[in-house]
Amino acid sequence: MGIDFVIEKFILVIALFAISLLIAMYSTYAERKVAAFLQDRLGPDRAGPFGILQPLADGVKMFMKEEIIPANANKWLFMVGPGLAMLCACIGTAVIPWGQDMMVGDRLVKLQVTDINVGLLYIFGVISLGVYGVMIGGWASNNKYSLLSAIRAASQNISYEIAMGLSIIALLLVTNSLSLREIVSQQHGWHWNVIYQPLGFLIFMVCAFAETNRAPFDLPECEAELNGGYHMEYSSMKLGFYLFAEYINMFVSSTVMAALYFGGYNYPGMDYMAGLLGPTWAPLFGTAIFFLKIFAFIFFFMWVRWTIPRFRYDQLMSLGWKALIPLAIANIVVTGIVIAIVNKF
Amino acid sequence: MGTSVFYFVATLSVIFALMVVFAKNPIHSVLYLILTFFTFTVHYVLLNAQFLAVVNFIVYMGAIMVLFLFVLMLLNLNKDNEPNKSALLKIVGIIAGGCLVVTLIGSLKSVAIANPLVLKNPNLGLVENLGKELFGPFMLPFELSSLLLLSAMVGAVLLTKKEEKANG
Repeated sequence: MGIDFVIEKFILVIALFAISLLIAMYSTYAERKVAAFLQDRLGPDRAGPFGILQPLADGVKMFMKEEIIPANANKWLFMVGPGLAMLCACIGTAVIPWGQDMMVGDRLVKLQVTDINVGLLYIFGVISLGVYGVMIGGWASNNKYSLLSAIRAASQNISYEIAMGLSIIALLLVTNSLSLREIVSQQHGWHWNVIYQPLGFLIFMVCAFAETNRAPFDLPECEAELNGGYHMEYSSMKLGFYLFAEYINMFVSSTVMAALYFGGYNYPGMDYMAGLLGPTWAPLFGTAIFFLKIFAFIFFFMWVRWTIPRFRYDQLMSLGWKALIPLAIANIVVTGIVIAIVNKF
Repeated sequence: MGTSVFYFVATLSVIFALMVVFAKNPIHSVLYLILTFFTFTVHYVLLNAQFLAVVNFIVYMGAIMVLFLFVLMLLNLNKDNEPNKSALLKIVGIIAGGCLVVTLIGSLKSVAIANPLVLKNPNLGLVENLGKELFGPFMLPFELSSLLLLSAMVGAVLLTKKEEKANG
């Protein structure tokens, strides 16, 4: 483990962090533009051409606003909440393989920060930790609405984590590996897992919507009944952290879905392109394809938000417990039987 | 380097565990317990048991402690509705704690004499090896423990059903 290894990983971490923040920043802009498009409006168009400087203006606004900590709030935990939300959102990208091994000069560079052999479970763990930011912030605000929102977030995340875990188990039966690097490289060309696990993908996607607190599952920040929910008492950049963390979570979820089910950096005809572009540019082209898939998922997140109305709380619970979990278990059983038959003959 | 990291993390574990007991606010107690579990995860990683580490991370930190926090927030425990602790309860507590200390000292003494256990396979904690062990030689106890969990789950569901009938 030489100094060049450290530098390589350092650059990769910084780049990933910058890309996550940049994508989260422009997701806020994209969200408003998509909403405007779907509702036949113009959307933000004043700051810069087509309004592309709008996220910068929003960021400056967030920093400049007065910072208020409620007198009866628990000061320490009030500050820990948004920080934790941001931390959990940012560490998920560490195990994602962003591309094939790339040749830079004579050096073989791995486009992945770390390949732990339980990468998939690590992602799952990070997602399940994300709820603490909401819970701690909601409780520390010392406000009824925030507390109710925190409790909703907790019960929602716990419920949908089960279905998510079960859908991952069916995927593991197909891939035989917990390492994300191996799962992605198995989907070479067009052998994407979504072909073998369509139902599993559907369950995983619904759960990802619920875990990121996005519409139609955004009950923790349901403004009609909770006045804004867990971040109601927050102002300035602390509020900004919560909103930002949501967009980073959306980016990470899109990345995980693209990597697990839609082949990651793989695309049909990649061997031909590898011959055409050489060992430096072909992996980068794959990474670009990967990002296209991620953006498609982010667009889908937004599309759903502005199309489907919010669930009622009891509907949310009955969907999670009575529809998704039995479906996920049935999916595991069917997948197991099919794999046993295929292996036999 | 391994030992110094171990001692550092172990000290943190002990400090956080003590804070769980000493914290006045129940929510703070739970948060310290979460930190304690996090240090346990680090211990598992140091022992090269990655699977156990990540499962501890998901199950204890990500699920069980969320439920703990959920229940405590729902109950909203204050100093007003805390049950009074009588002198008798305190004496009983001291005796029980003393018994635990004696038991711990007794068991630790025998550990010091016994030979340290040396694993034949240092990579036992990795998913593949652990799975082969669990579904090979330890198949029966593993399945039995899962049945135990299932029966507990069925029991819990049954309890909530009965309550519903009594209310309605």
